[in-house]
Amino acid sequence: MDKTTALDLYRVMRRIRDFEERSTVLFGEGKVWGTIHSYAGEEAIAAGVCAHLRDDDWITSTHRGHGHCIAKRADLEKMYAELLGRETGYCRGRGGSMHIADTSKGNLGANGIVGGGIPIATGAALTAKQLGTDQVAVSFFGDGAANQGGFHESANLAALWKLPVIYVCEVNQYAESLPVERGFPIKDIEKRAEGYGMPGVRVDGLDVKAVYDAAGELIARARRGDGPSFLVAYAYRHEGHYYGDPRKYQTKDQIEGWKTKFDPLVDARKWIVGEKLATEAELAAIDAQVIEEAKKAVAFAEASPLASPISLPGDVYASH
Amino acid sequence: MQATETHAPAATREMFYNEALGDALRLEMERDERVIVLGEDIAEHGGAFQVTAGLLEKFGPTRIRQTPISELGIVGAAVGAALTGLRPVVELMYIDFAGLAMDQLVNQAAQNRFMFGGQARVPMVMRTQGGAGRGNAAQHSKSLEAWFTHIAGLKVVMPSTPADAKGLLTASIRDDDPVIFLEHKLLYRTKGDVPTAEHLVPLGKADVKRAGKDLTIVTWSRQVLFALDAAKQLASEGVEAEVVDLRSLVPLDKDAVLSSVRKTHRVLIVHEAIKRGGFGGEIAALIAEEAFDDLDAPPKRVAGLDTPIPYAQHLEKSVIPQVDDIVRAAKDLVA
Repeated sequence: MDKTTALDLYRVMRRIRDFEERSTVLFGEGKVWGTIHSYAGEEAIAAGVCAHLRDDDWITSTHRGHGHCIAKRADLEKMYAELLGRETGYCRGRGGSMHIADTSKGNLGANGIVGGGIPIATGAALTAKQLGTDQVAVSFFGDGAANQGGFHESANLAALWKLPVIYVCEVNQYAESLPVERGFPIKDIEKRAEGYGMPGVRVDGLDVKAVYDAAGELIARARRGDGPSFLVAYAYRHEGHYYGDPRKYQTKDQIEGWKTKFDPLVDARKWIVGEKLATEAELAAIDAQVIEEAKKAVAFAEASPLASPISLPGDVYASH
Repeated sequence: MQATETHAPAATREMFYNEALGDALRLEMERDERVIVLGEDIAEHGGAFQVTAGLLEKFGPTRIRQTPISELGIVGAAVGAALTGLRPVVELMYIDFAGLAMDQLVNQAAQNRFMFGGQARVPMVMRTQGGAGRGNAAQHSKSLEAWFTHIAGLKVVMPSTPADAKGLLTASIRDDDPVIFLEHKLLYRTKGDVPTAEHLVPLGKADVKRAGKDLTIVTWSRQVLFALDAAKQLASEGVEAEVVDLRSLVPLDKDAVLSSVRKTHRVLIVHEAIKRGGFGGEIAALIAEEAFDDLDAPPKRVAGLDTPIPYAQHLEKSVIPQVDDIVRAAKDLVA
């Protein structure tokens, strides 16, 4: 891999981690309302997959959606502004963390319904097929969503119609509080792909290069018109299901030990420095830039006006 | 479009309701290549109620896209396609199957525009049919319009005549919001004059199907035909009923309802769906809130019994409003 690509991957991962840490602080300060779900620990997946996507390719995301949004090149100012309920936010304060979308970059939205984005990404892929473009759609979802009916119905349709969609299952070990081994009667979730007649690929979701390589092949395949695929990336969710989760379903060792044991950012640094793609100092400079841009984005959000009052019917209906 | 076509005003042809719907689909598909149809049995079979008959031959299998039996997957694919530039029309065979697809309609399609702060449009139509009267029993006969009217972000359309069916479907396909288009299984073989060229009936415009001065009957879908029959009987007994066909429940033509009530001072609301929680309650509340002083009697409802639809023919008939029920209620109201 060339240096620029490697550093881009690292920068995206760093941005995501910083966003999750910073938004947690903002939540603690009472500036973020509702609930937030941290993507920390899974950064390599969004970064590695989205590196292959163009602005006119589509993604659907999840309740744990900040990472996908950032990896799809969202504007951090608009993301923070949304969390803070400002008019300048992506959804003008109407959506919040669980509904951030950026249609200008093909992000069809985070989704508060587990598995809710899977049929939608499939429909986006249908648009590409119908109009004869080489666009692709990627649906990110967790292991929990792989047990929803919408996944099975969509996978079947996509394979039947050879749609350019990649289903990316992020196994973060817990479907909310349910450990993955208690939600699946099989160990290798990627084997489900065989039942739909599409390739199923397992990848180490902590290893950004591995994700990048695996996703690259599957996305190229979809662009060529060879149809859908199922990528299953195994990682570990560093935080609870949501901010404030008491995490009664985890051991002390998992809560305290695993996040240092399974950290894709640490692994990415080791890989980049080990391969001499960049020096520690260069990575530290990226870290500093990321912090600087994040601070600016938060300041922008805090200086923005509160979201405007709901306007009916225009906020709800396009034709009226 | 064709050089030989005449442009005489109001060129019409007698069509069945299902034929008129197919005509709207054909014209919109010719006009806009982004319009596609998704659904079960819609290709060679022509749809369970023959609405898409002949369209496969004309537009081919990529635009008349027959699907496996996967209601959630199909409706969800339509949502995604609508978000990204197509104008899909989904045919759901029976409204009773909507439960299988409800998340995509209620949490996704209806709310995408709002949740995303106005960034998205979801120009899709979900056509389906409901209603009793064919012995299909409890899982194939419901009238569920009230489910959808309760969801902000959806529009709900229910045509009663072939001409309205064509005009409203055309308008629904061109609308930029998700439209739940509800047909009635016993209307498909009703006939009427339908404009042969492009025909648009705007959403949110009720139609006075019969003028009268003694009471207003507010109704929709198949019960419009029952109300018109009832009005004929009432007229022979000297009672002139005005029949207001809402045509679309969302958006609702409040002015048409209120101005009729202000004229007749009495209102009967008639629908096939069960009375409890039905949309008739919404109409009654609207009138009570905005035209209370114009009323000479409390609003009255004739609606389905609070029961699943039974199978046996005489039982099925006993749980949905009949013409006699409307006549009786109207007489009570004007007495």
